[in-house]
This record gives sequence, structure tokens and C-alpha cells, in this order.
Amino acid sequence: MSGIPHDHYEPKTNGEKWIHRRLPIVGLIYDTIMIPTPKNLNWMWIWGIVLMFCLILQIVTGIVLAMHYTPHVDFAFASVEHIMRNVNGGHMLRYLHQNGAMLFFLAVYLHMFRGMYYGSYKAPREITWIVGMLIYLLMMATAFMGYVLPWGQMSFWGATVITGLFGAIPGIGEMLQTWLLGGPAVDNAALNRFFSLHYLLPFVILGLVIVHVWAFHTTGNNNPTGVEVRRGSKEEAAKDTLPFWPYFVIKDLFALAVLLALFWALVSFMPNFLGHTDNYIEANPLVTPPEIVPEWYFLPFYAILRAFTSDVWIVIAVNWLTFGIIDATFFGVLAMFGAIFVWALLPWLDTSSVRSGRYRPMFKWWFWLFIVNFVVLTWAGAMPAEGIYTNIALIGTTYWFAYFLVIMPLLGVLEKPLPEPASIEEDFKASVKAKSGNGPSGPSAEPIPAE
Amino acid sequence: MKLRNLAVAALSALVLALPATMAEAKKVKGEVTNFDFSFQGITGTYDRNQLQRGLQVYHEVCSSCHGLQYVAFRTLSDRNGPELPEDQMRAFAAMYEVWDADLRDWRTAEGPDHFPESQFTGAPDLSLMTKARAGFSGPYGLGINQLMKGIGGPEYVASFLLGYTGEEDFQAGSMFYYNKAYGGWVSMNPVLFDDMVFYEDGTPATMEQMALDVAAFLTWTAEPKMVERKQAGFVGVIFLSVFAALLYLANKQLWAPVKRAAKKD
Repeated sequence: MSGIPHDHYEPKTNGEKWIHRRLPIVGLIYDTIMIPTPKNLNWMWIWGIVLMFCLILQIVTGIVLAMHYTPHVDFAFASVEHIMRNVNGGHMLRYLHQNGAMLFFLAVYLHMFRGMYYGSYKAPREITWIVGMLIYLLMMATAFMGYVLPWGQMSFWGATVITGLFGAIPGIGEMLQTWLLGGPAVDNAALNRFFSLHYLLPFVILGLVIVHVWAFHTTGNNNPTGVEVRRGSKEEAAKDTLPFWPYFVIKDLFALAVLLALFWALVSFMPNFLGHTDNYIEANPLVTPPEIVPEWYFLPFYAILRAFTSDVWIVIAVNWLTFGIIDATFFGVLAMFGAIFVWALLPWLDTSSVRSGRYRPMFKWWFWLFIVNFVVLTWAGAMPAEGIYTNIALIGTTYWFAYFLVIMPLLGVLEKPLPEPASIEEDFKASVKAKSGNGPSGPSAEPIPAE
Repeated sequence: MKLRNLAVAALSALVLALPATMAEAKKVKGEVTNFDFSFQGITGTYDRNQLQRGLQVYHEVCSSCHGLQYVAFRTLSDRNGPELPEDQMRAFAAMYEVWDADLRDWRTAEGPDHFPESQFTGAPDLSLMTKARAGFSGPYGLGINQLMKGIGGPEYVASFLLGYTGEEDFQAGSMFYYNKAYGGWVSMNPVLFDDMVFYEDGTPATMEQMALDVAAFLTWTAEPKMVERKQAGFVGVIFLSVFAALLYLANKQLWAPVKRAAKKD
């Protein structure tokens, strides 16, 4: 791979040469794991490994679960109970898979916030960012369809509400919804295709993960300073970097082990803590649950979806301008997908020439406000869509769009950035020296931002 | 520093999940008493005698309307459950009739057969319902109480059984009964009365005792693998903690020369 100059794999023995001439796979693996990595990466750079682990965990547990699961409306719920009661280790497998999805989303959000704070999406890493956003979209689709499979009350009604969003599209909506579901309502046909896609999409994600890694291995990692690795010569690059193996593998594995200890405790001691208990009631099309709430990781977008009621002035205005084609529901759908779309456009909306938020005094405040807003939206999404909650969701949604469409473009012009360090080496030395006073310390260049 | 940073990351990660928890906590509208059960907490296990008493209450009272369609009779002999001896389990199963699709007839139930389904559509399957209720939610947020005491299914069941106020209402041809734990009118009448069952082990069959026993039994039907799960939890957490400690030391040693070099000039 191109990018930062470093030592490449040289086959030594005749056997190695024989293989290398025919299939340079050892060289590919060597160059991938020996990639020069900035010395000063802090603890927010661990989430990639965590995400990789989550994907593998979900695929492995999922494949075994699929061996015991029956995708049919009459048997799906019972087959999950069968997994929980009769399959050897089935209860652990299922709880791992269920909570694994949550760890996956927790990690992906922190990973994305890391990228946002340190400007990891900026040139030349736009494709890494875009591919990442595609992975995130696929994760959402996969998680949503996976949630339908146990065929509990929340599965069924969640599926009804979410596929109903497509029905809100003017003109073709109902046709589209029927086509997606394979019938007029969520039923066996929908369950079957959701199962099929839930099995397929993780492998598409895996493919995109490879592209994602390929992309940032080509550009090199970003780092907390946002200053590029010097790449005039191998020696110069070596001052700023260390090979990924073993320095960052061991560091990341340590972080992963700590997280997994917490995760394992959650799975073993309180596996249903973050799930919705109503999903232990079998799906019943005749009984609507008192509240339909998606899993916590969808809540910010659920809040955005429900923020736009027909009495909001912008909805009224758009409704009038489009001769009633865009009503409140469709407006909410557009807002929800738009919220993710503007997130994906971040590399082109951020006009600042400085990458890292560390050297952007004004940006910092807006960024942390974005994080707070994200948490508030999550909370608002869990609340009933009435009274003060929709107002809060509306304010949160406004800030979401303002952050991407107004604040990011303007800050680049208005802000006076602080001076960046000359090199990664300099930053690394400064941080090691600063910390040497208070005992042993990790490779962390600065205290971790507390997301 | 390293550990603290990681702890900050982990803690703040929890913050993201908090709002969902708070929503859960808000949901309960009735009055649920925070009873203590032997299986609460990360070390809690089922009390075999209590499960057997609860089985008796279920059999003599609940089963006339409710079912446990996913629970096989054979599991009554499982470790960490009621642990009925094999012959007692078979004798117990023989008190039930099940539909045999091959015979096209009813026959006496055996070990592998399941408890019957609920008799009425309005009567929920009790093993599912115990899991589908989160009665006790504790202080908002951190989830420490849920960790120590569970999300509250058994508390809800016991509170429900003891929650009748005696108020009745006749509407549209049916009788409704006010229940504090539900926080409204329910069509199920009060079923427990003092001494309505006779416990072999001499435990006085007070209303509260029976309610707690059957709630414990139903929790076992909902989570028959709970004890195994918690054991796996201890093994896993200890293993991962030791593993993390070793990795911490390995990482420190690995980076030490790099940092020494950085400090020098």
C-alpha cells in the first residue's frame, strides 16, 4: 500500500519466494499490520478495534443462532424461546448477540464523535468517512431487521412503524411499502426477507470495512494533532510513527479487554437492562403496545422523526409550498434521513483548514454542544411524542442541522485557530514530558475527551 | 493515567445509554413493592424449596387459567431449578393432559411435554409475562439497583397478586377488580387467600408467602438459566480482568523504551 514510507515485506526463504511470486498474501498481511501509525494516538483511537471485534462477534453468534432459529411467524417466537431454554449455551449466545448490537452502536457513535472532534473526515480522508457512513447506514438496517426476528410485540410494531415511513412518501409510498414488506402488512413474507437480509448485510458491512481500512491505510491515520506524518523519507516517517504491530495492537487489545469485562458483566448480570421488556410478549397484530420505542441507539433519529408535527411553522410552510404533497409525516421522514445525510457531507461542510478540534477554540464549544444535544435527542426519543418533549426534540433537531449547515461552514471563516505543533514527534515528546512528573503513563497525548 | 482515562471513557459511554434507562424507569404506573428475593444480585441463586412451593401454588391456583407453554416438565428436575426428583417430576407431569398430534387424542403428559398453554386469550403466559414486566426500576439512570436486584418482574408479580384493593366494578357484562400494582382495573379476580394451599415443608401459607413463592417460581420459568448465566459472568469477568491486567503491563513495558527516548531530548 502506498502512503507513509516504511519497510515492506521481503520474502527470504525459497518457499516464501515461491508463494510471494504467485500470491503476495503474506506481503499484504505484513504491510497491513506493520502500517506506520502516529505515535500520539490517544485512547479514542481504540474504537476501530472494538468495532471490528463487534462485527465478528455478531457474525459468529448470529450464524449459530440462525442454526436454531425458524423464520416463520408461527414459530419464530417459539424458536427464540427454544434457543433460550434448550440449546446448549443458547441463552448466552442470544444475550451476547442482543447486547452485542448495543456495544456495536456505542462504539460506532464514539468512533464517529472521535472523527468529528479530530477532523478525521477532512481531506484526504473523505472516502474513509463516506464509507464509514455507509457502514453505519447498513448497521442501522441490519439492527432494525434483526430486532424484528424474535417476533415480539416491539419487533412487530417497530417494523410496522418504520416500514410505514416509506408509506409516507407521496405517490409511490404505499406501493413501495407493500413491495418492501411483500404484502399489505408486516407478516410472514416480511419476516422471511428480513431474516435473509439480516444474514446478508453483515457480510456487505465486512466488505465495506475492508474498503474503510484500505482507504485510511492509504492516507495514513489521522491523529490528535491533525498534523500529517512527515513522509519525506523512511527515517523521517519513523520519527512520527510506530508500526501498528505490536505497539497499537497491544494497546487496543488492553482497551478491548477492559471494555469486554464490562460488557460481559452486562450480558451476564443484567442482560435485559437495555432492551424493551415488551418484546417478551409474542407479536400480536391486534394489540398495539402503549408505547412503541426503538432500541436506544435509534432514539436520536426517532426524536428527529417525531419532532415535526403539523403545527410547526416550517412544516406548514413546506406543506403550502408543495401544494400539500409534503405533510408532517413525510417531512419527519425527510428530516430523519436528512440528518444522516448532512452528517455524511461533513467533509465538505467543514470549511476550516485546521483539522484537529484541539486547535480550534470556538469549534470545541459547538462540538461539545453537539454531543450534549445528541444525548438530549436520545432522551427525547424515549419520551412520549407530546407536550414539552416534541419541543425539546424540535430544538435539538434545529441544532443538529444548524451544526452541519451553518456552524461548520461559518466557523472556518470566523475562527482564529491556535498554532499547531510542527510535527507529531514534537507533540508526542511534549506530552510524554508533561506527564513524566506524575508517574507512569500511557501513550495518551492528552486526556481523553469524555464522550 | 491510562486506567483513569479508560474509566472515563467507559463511564461516559454509559451516559449515552442513560436516556433509554430513564425511559424504562418512567413506565411503571402502579405501586410495586420492592420485595427481596434470594435470586437477586449478581450472586443470587434460586431457593429450591421456594421454587417447589411456588410450583405448588402455580399448579393449584394459577394453572386453572394461565399456561407456561414454553416450559417442559423435564426441566423441573434441572439443576438450579426446583430440582424435583425424576420420579416426582414424572408423577407431576402425569397430572396434566396434553394433545398428541400423532395420536390425535389427549394423553397423559410425560417429561418432555410442556405445560399447557393459557386457557383464555386474556390470560397471558406467565413465564413470558414475568419477563415482560419491569416493576422495580430504582433510582433513575445508573442501573446499580437493576444490577443488584434485577429489572423487577417478580416484584411486579408478587405486588400484583397482593395488589387488590377490594373495589369491584361491573361493566359490559364483566366484573373488573382494582389492582394497585397494575394501577387500574383488571379482569382477573383476587386469587390468593390465606391458607388456601398446604405447604408440605410446614411454611405458613400466608398470602404474601404464596405470592412471593409463585413469583420466584415464575421467575425461574422465565429465566431457567439465570444461575448458569451468572456463573459464566463471574468466570468471564475474572478472566477478562486478569487478561486486561496482563495486557496493561505488556503495553506499559512495550512503550517504556519509546517514552524513555522521547523524554531524553
